[in-house]
Amino acid sequence: MLDFVIIDNGIVLAIVALASLSLVFGALLGFAGERFRVDDDPIVEHIDALLPQTQCGQCGYPGCKPYAKAISEGEAINKCPPGGDSTIRDLADLLGREVRPLDGEAEDMPKVAYIREDECIGCTKCIQACPVDAILGAARHMHTVIIDECTGCDLCVDPCPVDCIDMVPRPSTLDDWQWPFPAGPGQRTPAPGLIATDRASATQGAVHG
Amino acid sequence: MARDFDFPGGIHPPQRKQASAQEPLRQAPLPSRVVLPLKQHTGAPAEPCVIPGQRVRTGECIAIAQGMISANIHASISGEIRSLEEHAVPHPSGGKAPCLIIDGDGQDEWQRLPSLDWHQTDRDALVERLQQAGVVGLGGATFPTQIKTCSRDDHSIDTLIVNAAECEPYITADDLTLRTYAPDVVEGAGLMALLCGAKRIVIGIEDDKPEALAALEAHLHGTDIGNQVDVPIELTVISTRYPSGGEKQLVKRLLNREVPSRGLPIDVGVLCHNPGTLRAAIRAVRDGEPLVSRIITLTGAALHQPGNIEARLGTPMHALLAQAGWHEAAVSRLVMGGPLMGFELSQADLPVVKASNCLIAATTEELPAQPPEQPCIRCGACETACPAGLLPQQLYWHTRSHDHDKAELFNLFDCIECGACDFVCPSHIPLAQYFRAAKDSIRFRHHEARKAEHARHRFELRQARTEREAAEKEARRQARAAAVKRKSRDRSAGERHETTLDTSQATGGDDVKTLRIAQAAAKAAVRKAEKALARASETGDGDIEDLEVQLATAQENLKATESRLEAARGTQENAQ
Ligand code: SF4
Ligand code: SF4
Ligand code: SF4
Ligand code: SF4
Repeated sequence: MLDFVIIDNGIVLAIVALASLSLVFGALLGFAGERFRVDDDPIVEHIDALLPQTQCGQCGYPGCKPYAKAISEGEAINKCPPGGDSTIRDLADLLGREVRPLDGEAEDMPKVAYIREDECIGCTKCIQACPVDAILGAARHMHTVIIDECTGCDLCVDPCPVDCIDMVPRPSTLDDWQWPFPAGPGQRTPAPGLIATDRASATQGAVHG
Repeated sequence: MARDFDFPGGIHPPQRKQASAQEPLRQAPLPSRVVLPLKQHTGAPAEPCVIPGQRVRTGECIAIAQGMISANIHASISGEIRSLEEHAVPHPSGGKAPCLIIDGDGQDEWQRLPSLDWHQTDRDALVERLQQAGVVGLGGATFPTQIKTCSRDDHSIDTLIVNAAECEPYITADDLTLRTYAPDVVEGAGLMALLCGAKRIVIGIEDDKPEALAALEAHLHGTDIGNQVDVPIELTVISTRYPSGGEKQLVKRLLNREVPSRGLPIDVGVLCHNPGTLRAAIRAVRDGEPLVSRIITLTGAALHQPGNIEARLGTPMHALLAQAGWHEAAVSRLVMGGPLMGFELSQADLPVVKASNCLIAATTEELPAQPPEQPCIRCGACETACPAGLLPQQLYWHTRSHDHDKAELFNLFDCIECGACDFVCPSHIPLAQYFRAAKDSIRFRHHEARKAEHARHRFELRQARTEREAAEKEARRQARAAAVKRKSRDRSAGERHETTLDTSQATGGDDVKTLRIAQAAAKAAVRKAEKALARASETGDGDIEDLEVQLATAQENLKATESRLEAARGTQENAQ
């Protein structure tokens, strides 16, 4: 009997010790959580991951993250023109909201900024405007755009005092090319590299009945 | 010898190899001008290292590999660099790409690398040589060869397979390579086996190439083979069936090993190389000759003299076709590669590139245009034919409706695009093209997502920098204020002793504590980013540039908290 009590006591002791430990650690963790708190709300992160990160501000917010935060607080999901319909669809999926048509004008093709370098006076205004540091150049020297980093946000165009920045279609290489989907039942699928006239002349002389 | 395990499916299309397999290998005349695309390999385009007007000799490097996966490009004739310009290249899009153009001087003056005795040379120097010489897989995949040897470090490879199946109709380039250069191919296999640590070499060859087989046997039974290659060599003849030459299919047929889904032969201890690649590898090492030519099959009913020809890279295709006596008006389709996995070219003014294993100048009769696609009748023939054990019919429904997630669930990325399903489909559905298109579209989506992620990181870096600048400004302001205050305090020291305890002392003290913690967290973030970057640079996995941006952001954040801490300490002092 006595044994039991002792064992019992042992268990009680252990439980008490564990409970107090967990309390202490819990408090510590809570404290640490408070102290190291970062404003990374997971839902904002999820929303931000779906936005195109052009950082153009067309949504009315100073960048994609702020818009993501606004969406998490109830802002409409159809305000990002660079993302277009597919982003709206993804957001609607994530948040269980209704798909709405885009509020604004959809962008037809991806663009990049191009500086006419011989006209540039090196005022650095465009560098200050670029949200992703895609423009290189020192004061009073010619400036140039790193095409691979430019998101095509358009923000550098207006500040330029001599209007030497243009938005041009993003140059594409063969690596950007994708096999087209076949035309579907009832259709002939021509070889993708052949344009109609090539095909006509290539088959000339071999056409039969 | 007749071990013959099996992969599922497969087809027996008309072989049509006779026409080009009868003639011995020919040498193409030296072209007077060559067009060399900067990208003739899987990976990043090479960067030119010559300028227009510069004289180059055959074998001189004219464009240097860029990044992890890329390959050097060499002058394939001697002469003068004419220009760097956009020129049409063999590509399914029919598009143009940057090319270096050389006007030849007709001298063919060579610049070779020093010849190496591969038994006596250390491994790193051999791998480096393959890289220098721009050797890539010549079976069509054009993957840089030296990268395959480097994978030794984390996989153990026991078998090197010489992939001489050459199962696709029309193509006989490997057949002729073996008939003409069997010793080179075998020695090349010995070299590659040494580099990857394989304990044996297995040559897999289909039974429709009796002459190549005889050449190999004659060489293997020769007396000197033992001094040349240090590992045992097996010759395995397999019955002809398409696509035995697919790597996974060949590994299954020769060794009865199953390459896992989305895996590579390396995952089951095997490396596969094509005979042409092995010959190029041994020439690069033993003869110091960079990859400047390749063997190409010229065939199709529109040619009078089909056959195989060894041509310098960059030779215009029409010149080769003219030598083979093409009847231009009779050509209805010009195909590079085989009829099942190749693609159609829109013209013949295109350069021969490292990937050009075969040109088919076909008449309408032999390769009629694809009939219109009919609705799927769910016959299941495609399933029976698929060598990868996939369900093409299911893949078809999902890719057609652009349901990419479902398609991936049905192992879309295990499809080897062999076209066996197209071949048997009674409804003439271009199944493989659906699958190629879907893969491209999925890859594009991933690419866009990665780019967006990178832009986000750069945006964060910029924000961190702006904040750091503001914090530093604030710290400087505080320092100035403190200096002013000290001065005034010194002046008034003797007069009044009471110091007004302003409220900022309490908050200042608290700030310092909070900021110290923030500083520790920022330091931890920097260390974490440094580690991630170090790991990525070691393994080669991950986007180094992007990780550098993330590290820079963490450093900016750290500097900002340090400045804030300084400023807060300043406030505290000011308050005292
Ligand atoms: S509109 Fe521009 S800033 Fe706003 S979410 Fe879209 S890409 Fe980002
Ligand atoms: S804003 Fe215009 S002028 Fe000024 S640096 Fe940029 S491109 Fe040059
Ligand atoms: S193309 Fe793909 S799906 Fe069709 S048979 Fe070949 S591996 Fe199977
Ligand atoms: S072979 Fe063609 S018709 Fe038959 S199930 Fe497959 S896709 Fe459908």
